[in-house]
Amino acid sequence: MTRALLRPRRSDDFGLRRALSDRLLPVLVGAMAFLAALALAGALAASGLARHWRQGAGALLTVQVPQPGAPAADAPGTRIDRVLALIRATKGVAGARVLGDDELLGLLRPWLGEAAGRIALPLPAVIEVRTKGEQVDLAGVVATAPGTLVEADAAWTQRLEVLARSLQACAGLVLAVVAFVSTAVVAVATRAGLAARRDAIETVHGLGATDAYIASRFARRATTLAGFGALAGLALAVPVLAELTRLAAPLTGQPAAPQAIPLEIWLGLPALPLAAAAIGWLTAHGTVRRWLRRLP
Amino acid sequence: MVRLDRVGLDYRVAVLHDLSFEVPQGDFRWLVGPSGAGKTSLLRLLHLAARPSRGRLCLFDRDIGRARRAELPLLRRRIGMVFQDFRLLPHLSVFDNVALPLRIAGRPEGQIRVDVVELLSWVGLSRKLQVRPAELSGGEQQRVAIARAVVARPLLLLADEPTGNLDEVQAERLMQLLHEMNRLGATVIVATHNTGLVARHPAHTLRLEEGHLIRDD
Repeated sequence: MTRALLRPRRSDDFGLRRALSDRLLPVLVGAMAFLAALALAGALAASGLARHWRQGAGALLTVQVPQPGAPAADAPGTRIDRVLALIRATKGVAGARVLGDDELLGLLRPWLGEAAGRIALPLPAVIEVRTKGEQVDLAGVVATAPGTLVEADAAWTQRLEVLARSLQACAGLVLAVVAFVSTAVVAVATRAGLAARRDAIETVHGLGATDAYIASRFARRATTLAGFGALAGLALAVPVLAELTRLAAPLTGQPAAPQAIPLEIWLGLPALPLAAAAIGWLTAHGTVRRWLRRLP
Repeated sequence: MVRLDRVGLDYRVAVLHDLSFEVPQGDFRWLVGPSGAGKTSLLRLLHLAARPSRGRLCLFDRDIGRARRAELPLLRRRIGMVFQDFRLLPHLSVFDNVALPLRIAGRPEGQIRVDVVELLSWVGLSRKLQVRPAELSGGEQQRVAIARAVVARPLLLLADEPTGNLDEVQAERLMQLLHEMNRLGATVIVATHNTGLVARHPAHTLRLEEGHLIRDD
């Protein structure tokens, strides 16, 4: 009978299954993990949006050339040909093309409705310029074709980028606060466990246990509770993140329909339970070792 | 084995004063004296639960006052201690309580199982391996405490009023066990009030009064 009863198991020398409750600590760490998941996803999403804007609208310029068929002011040829040649020769320009009639009408339709195609107005030619992501100086085209307008989308894209960076900073701050609060929660729970098991610790210490032996018992328990708490918090965060992804879809030019959570967020989320477990281990270890210094 | 040279111990007040004596390896000593004489404090010093406030304490040829804190756990593993109040861990079974010193020392689990079962059979508790201490009588708890103290075959065995909760028959069985450990080479120091027990088992005696060593013979 003894072989079955005395099966080696992970010994709970200090009765920590009771002293370090499996209720409060995982719940609080789970709540922290939930917030951390939202913050991390926010940071990654803001980073993604900033990149999207930088590579999309931020890299586009629109040039309107009135009277495109008229002769250019400073050289032979029409205004549109001369402007297009100048743009393509400008440093930092990746490409330029003249929008077709259908595209122009598409731009007018929101303002003029279906009548846009029937209106006999002299329309300017519109050139879409794609840059290499750097500043482009198109002042020369105005001299060639007076009345030409250059609209740079980069100005508001830069503001959006600043906004995205602010969001990332806020998310980073939230993650730091969450890490701090989680550390404090584990430290308080560990201290409560130490107070509840003081006699047992002194007895085990007297039997020759090292500080590392005692601290590792507490750390193992705290790591388990923090890790599982964080997993639960993460599980709760996933549906919320899916909904937030759906709501944020128009910002990336996609319809507000159910969307898959971006891969980079999926890759980032598993770090949270690992981080929570690491906080549990390190905090419990440090707290117990500091406490043990009072013993000879 | 044990050497004290003008050792003193203070808590808020001095509880031990200038104790000097030596206990050679394999000796058996009674430690007697009235309540408050400092017997338990002296055992705490010898168990390395406190460091001397003054003087020089040497255990196993090591000056404890100069030993680094990290060295003490290994020294403690060579000491067995039977506490007056047993100090069994209430959430562990009898088996796990007795196995604890071996697990702390990192012995293999298979060897632990053999040693602990054998020892608990020897003290008559082979049928209570999985019982919690709270379910045992005072005498049974005392036997578990003794088994825990001797399971790692300590070089120095200390006992603080080990017969306080035992009837005469059990006390005699305990004395046989302590003598057996002594015969196997352990140095044994037993603190007791029980003058009858001391008379029945004559041995060298240390007598303390008000923290002073009055007699060493």
